[in-house]
Amino acid sequence: MADPPKFDKKSRYTEGRGIAGAYEGETVTRRRLMEGGVQLAGGVAVAAIALPALGFALGPLLEEQEPERWQDVGPEGDFNDETYVPKVISIVPEVGDAGKTTIYVRKDNPQKDKRVKDQDAPPPYVAISTRCAHLGCPVRYIQASKKFVCPCHGGVYGFEGQVEGGPPVRPLDRFYTRVTNGRVEVGKRFSLNSELRRFPHPRDPSNHLDGLWQYLYPGRPTT
Amino acid sequence: MKLPTPPLPKALRPSPKRPGQGRNGKNGRNGPPSPEPGVKDHVVEGTATAVGWLDERTGATPFLRGFLYRKVPKGTNWFYTLGSATLFAFLSQAITGVFLAMYYEPDATRAYESAAHITNDVFLGEFVRGMHKWGSSVMIILIFLHMGRTFFFGAYKYPRELNWVIGVVLLVLTLMMGLTGYLLPFDQRSFWATVVAVNINASGPIVGPYLADFLRAGAEFGPTTISRFYAMHMLLIPGLIVALIGAHIYLVTKLGTTAPPWLKAEKKDLVTEEIP
Repeated sequence: MADPPKFDKKSRYTEGRGIAGAYEGETVTRRRLMEGGVQLAGGVAVAAIALPALGFALGPLLEEQEPERWQDVGPEGDFNDETYVPKVISIVPEVGDAGKTTIYVRKDNPQKDKRVKDQDAPPPYVAISTRCAHLGCPVRYIQASKKFVCPCHGGVYGFEGQVEGGPPVRPLDRFYTRVTNGRVEVGKRFSLNSELRRFPHPRDPSNHLDGLWQYLYPGRPTT
Repeated sequence: MKLPTPPLPKALRPSPKRPGQGRNGKNGRNGPPSPEPGVKDHVVEGTATAVGWLDERTGATPFLRGFLYRKVPKGTNWFYTLGSATLFAFLSQAITGVFLAMYYEPDATRAYESAAHITNDVFLGEFVRGMHKWGSSVMIILIFLHMGRTFFFGAYKYPRELNWVIGVVLLVLTLMMGLTGYLLPFDQRSFWATVVAVNINASGPIVGPYLADFLRAGAEFGPTTISRFYAMHMLLIPGLIVALIGAHIYLVTKLGTTAPPWLKAEKKDLVTEEIP
């Protein structure tokens, strides 16, 4: 009588493990291959839908959204270097009134003003954003004290937009300015840190920009 | 010669007498004959047939019996209804929200007008909008009370830790519903509150600015910001909430509820081992 075939449970080969219908040299059972294949196919099908959908939702994070746009805010004669003149510009023209914002504009005073670092030439006009550097409420300029005051949490800024009190983490943002045919034009926004160093990619309110903080709040593709 | 009468088709044959019907009276005993079945009997029997048809095909009875007639511990009291109350607050929000969506226009130039139109012109619009607005606060209050009940009764302990985790995720999602819904009336208050809320998100290091960009769909409040908030408010977050409520209730049913902490276990229920 022949001995019954001996099977080794740890064999590399399905035949050696005694699996019925095994081919010679086969290491993966057909059931296991089918399982893996079905799961792979399902994964590919889900990814084919989920990845484009995710990219679609996250797309705006990668697009630059503010085109280079210069807006006329009035003739040069409207402005002096003693006080700010409020002007309304459109940040997002597509949404009507919700996209408008007030800015404060004055003439640059080369004797008194601190120079913004990293700027090629001192701009002829200073345009200050009313977006509070704390959490984005609109600040108001008060001529009597020559200060900007935020209504929400009591942030106070000096004449040049530097922080003088309250929770704000950096000076008020500014806009680029230029003069064309005797008229003042306002361009893109830029942010400053407390040493008035310019950051060409404007940061959100609440983002510190001094010292190591500037690396924790990187400039984003959208700005 | 007489031919046999052909048998009637089954549908036309008179149905056999119902038990207890006929000459012999109730239960076949002698007595007064029971009356012919009335409308009520037909309704009862029809309902029973329909329910039976469904039950035979779905096997719902054992599930419903386990779900609705499960045992609860001694000492179960009104505090144990806070979870169901939160669920009903959510359902109320879902229903009123669906109907508000029929009139609301998620567009930066139209949102305020359409919300004002709901309040001022649509029949019962003020009422439904009010239910949704005040209902949101009710839901937040109830979910915190429910959480407090779970905490103070120690109902988060083994083996219910996972249900606590799901509940915390549901709490966060509910707060996100509050945040995204706040922008939708698009008046001054909701606009500036959302500006501040998004900038609070931006204050997180490294991911914060990108999160704010995701919420606004860009660096500024743009034309798609409000539609983004709207889609999150009525599709994305409610979908997640519904799925997680399902998991939450499944686990409650599976694990049962806990007795209040002031109730001591009865001596005969305690597992004791006698020392020889």
